Amino acid sequence: MSETRALTLSDVCRSFGPVQVLHDINLTLRPGEVHALIGENGAGKSTAMKIMSGYLEPTKGQVKLDEAPVRFASSQQAEAQGVVLIHQEFNLADQLSVEQNIFLGHEKRRGLFLDKGWMQAETRRLLDRLNCKVSPTARVRDISNADKQMVEIAKALSRRAQVLIMDEPTAVLTEREAEVLFEQVERLKAEGVAILFTSHKLDEVKRISDRITVLRDGHVVAQGMTTEFNEDQMAEAMVGRDVSSLYPVRSVAVSDEPALEVKGLNVPGYARDISFTLRKGEILGISGLIGSGRTEAMEGLTGLRTAQGDVRINGKSVTLRSPQQAQAAGLCYLTEDRKGRGLLLQKGMRENLTLQALPEFTNWLIDHKAEDAALTRAIADFDIRCPTRDVLVGNLSGGNQQKLLIAKIMLTEPDIVIIDEPTRGIDIGTKQQIYEFIHALSAAGKSIIVVSSEMQEVIGLADRVLVMRLGTIAGEVSGDDMTEDKIVRLAMGLGANRQEAI
Amino acid sequence: MTATETQPSRAAKSVNLKVLGPILALVVLVIVGAALNGNFLSAANITNVLSRSAFIGIIAVGMTFVITAGGLDLSVGSMAAFIAGLMILVMNAMLPAMGPGWPLVFVGMLTAMVAGTLAGFVNGFLITTMRIEAFIVTLGTMGIYRSLVTWLADGGTLSLDFGMRSVIRPIYFDGILGISWPIIVFALVAIIGELVMRRAAFGRHAAAVGSNDQVARYSSVNVNRVRMLTYVFLGILVGVATIMYVPRLGSASPSTGVLWELEAIAAVIIGGTMLKGGFGRVWGTVIGVLILSLIDNILNLTDGVSPYLNGAIQGVIIILAVILQRDKKAES
Repeated sequence: MSETRALTLSDVCRSFGPVQVLHDINLTLRPGEVHALIGENGAGKSTAMKIMSGYLEPTKGQVKLDEAPVRFASSQQAEAQGVVLIHQEFNLADQLSVEQNIFLGHEKRRGLFLDKGWMQAETRRLLDRLNCKVSPTARVRDISNADKQMVEIAKALSRRAQVLIMDEPTAVLTEREAEVLFEQVERLKAEGVAILFTSHKLDEVKRISDRITVLRDGHVVAQGMTTEFNEDQMAEAMVGRDVSSLYPVRSVAVSDEPALEVKGLNVPGYARDISFTLRKGEILGISGLIGSGRTEAMEGLTGLRTAQGDVRINGKSVTLRSPQQAQAAGLCYLTEDRKGRGLLLQKGMRENLTLQALPEFTNWLIDHKAEDAALTRAIADFDIRCPTRDVLVGNLSGGNQQKLLIAKIMLTEPDIVIIDEPTRGIDIGTKQQIYEFIHALSAAGKSIIVVSSEMQEVIGLADRVLVMRLGTIAGEVSGDDMTEDKIVRLAMGLGANRQEAI
Repeated sequence: MTATETQPSRAAKSVNLKVLGPILALVVLVIVGAALNGNFLSAANITNVLSRSAFIGIIAVGMTFVITAGGLDLSVGSMAAFIAGLMILVMNAMLPAMGPGWPLVFVGMLTAMVAGTLAGFVNGFLITTMRIEAFIVTLGTMGIYRSLVTWLADGGTLSLDFGMRSVIRPIYFDGILGISWPIIVFALVAIIGELVMRRAAFGRHAAAVGSNDQVARYSSVNVNRVRMLTYVFLGILVGVATIMYVPRLGSASPSTGVLWELEAIAAVIIGGTMLKGGFGRVWGTVIGVLILSLIDNILNLTDGVSPYLNGAIQGVIIILAVILQRDKKAES
């Protein structure tokens, strides 16, 4: 491992269609240095990492390896040059052994047959170098997440990685497993590997990185040695922009009557002891990092996951074991996974629109006329723009799909709606429309929970915000306390006020 | 933007072809049949073809729902043989007590319906509640029923009492206005099936479950109940088909219903239902059944091609149908 390489992004821009997600990014990964890339969800971190590792090409600007411009046509080419990306969700074949995974696609042959002895010895050597005790013959599905991470790194090393890019490597690790990873990162650094990682855990960034780049909305907003930043300064750089005009102004006062009371909701493995009250006509925001259990808690509440807890709707105790029961009780959940769980992409708008409320349209047989009328109304009410009425939903744009999804849920006439990620992957104009729909619903007396990864969105929409962290409610902010700074601090476990952190 | 504009028109064109394809094939077969043999269009031959296709047809209507909901049932042929055997055994056993006559026929019918419902329920239970692959479950039950009927018949044939045969014969051979009962029942099952698929919530739910069961679940559809019901309905229809079948020969043997499952599945696929689920067409299945039995009939009536090539020709048709189906998928 005497060779070392430096990877540089120079004035890199990237657009997806009309949307530019990266603006003139400059950063350099130096041999023997750990570089942390931080930013909110959607700031452009993933895109930047994909460009570095050959999964995407920049629209403008250059990727340089040791000062020489390179063009990776694919991730394989990048790997051949020693640049390897480790995905957040592991890229391992569960049923194969550690050794088989490490040499997958690069098997060593001797004559017609595989040279198993050599590959096992080599695997042992790589794992020893990482101080990892796992057996080369163990099946990957039987080993821990930390070991899987090590196998990924060993795989990268077997490809002679000189630049290692890790997407949130500690997201799936426990603290102790993360410690092991950090030790190995130190070791690789000492060997001259250039390392980049992303993380939402600022304490971790402070501890193991040498240099930091902060992205916000696709721009580099801060860059420097880690010693120049404290955690507050990092959080400050990540958030903060003016989008006040995006959100409608609250027009109707919230009633004091509770619509939904949740006490001690437990969703095994994801969330515990969730308690809150939602008032009639209120918009309650739920914020927190991805993986903090927000979605799972809401799915548990609406019977989509096994959960226990005390739930009251309009003061009456209810049992919600299935989405059908929740719907009958006037509670509906609108999924964050529009394409995978929200809509049938191979079906038309009519079938999708009425799927959830089909009994309302059925009297022995489905009333096609009533369905058509409902579609006409939904297209008008929610401004769904479609080339023809019988277009397949998969061919609609994301924004129009989301509008259709909202229309579909509202057909069931719920009193309480939980909207998970109302505007993920949607352009700003449609976002604004959706915010207006949400406000109109609350003005019409519906009680709404908005779950979102975007801090500004919950702040702009909600009357109150609950912040989740590691499966529990870390705190609540309302009124003037609803600032990104406070929410980020709660979500990252820093305590809402600066003084508390010190 | 261009993608959204061009896609629907192209999809519409291929849907038209997909709708017309099976009908055109059927029309061509009828013309070919009529040209090759003058007897082809005679009332006797048409009645014969339709009556014989009724068994597979009734089962295939049920199979359409199972496949539309993303499932599969390989056990229907063995199930039919087993139910036929059971029905004969029950009627023979009750004969001394009840004597030959319609009451005993109704007992036999009830046996077939109850056995079909239970068999469908068992398949559905193992697939939904126990979450075992439909292919594995029904491959297992296929072997079980086949073996049970062989055991019941002790390797030979289970025969209905001779006196009973003449009582039960009219169910297959008689009818109203010259249309035999199997054809009437097949038509009724097909019409009801078509209505349920297109116009009832159950058909819509089955298509939703087969298209994406997660979306269905998040849309408050009881996914397991829908899946279970498709297997139960199929079981019931196998019972109905058996009620039509037993009067024809008055016997059941280990070779009864062999390959019916494949013929039923083939008819469903030829009719334009997607094998991976999400879209089903009952009228298409009916056409698929007719295409398969017409090929058989034409080969039997003409001298040019050996009837032993029946399977080969059917195979080609099935593969052609799947190629057409794949075109649509690739586009979307």
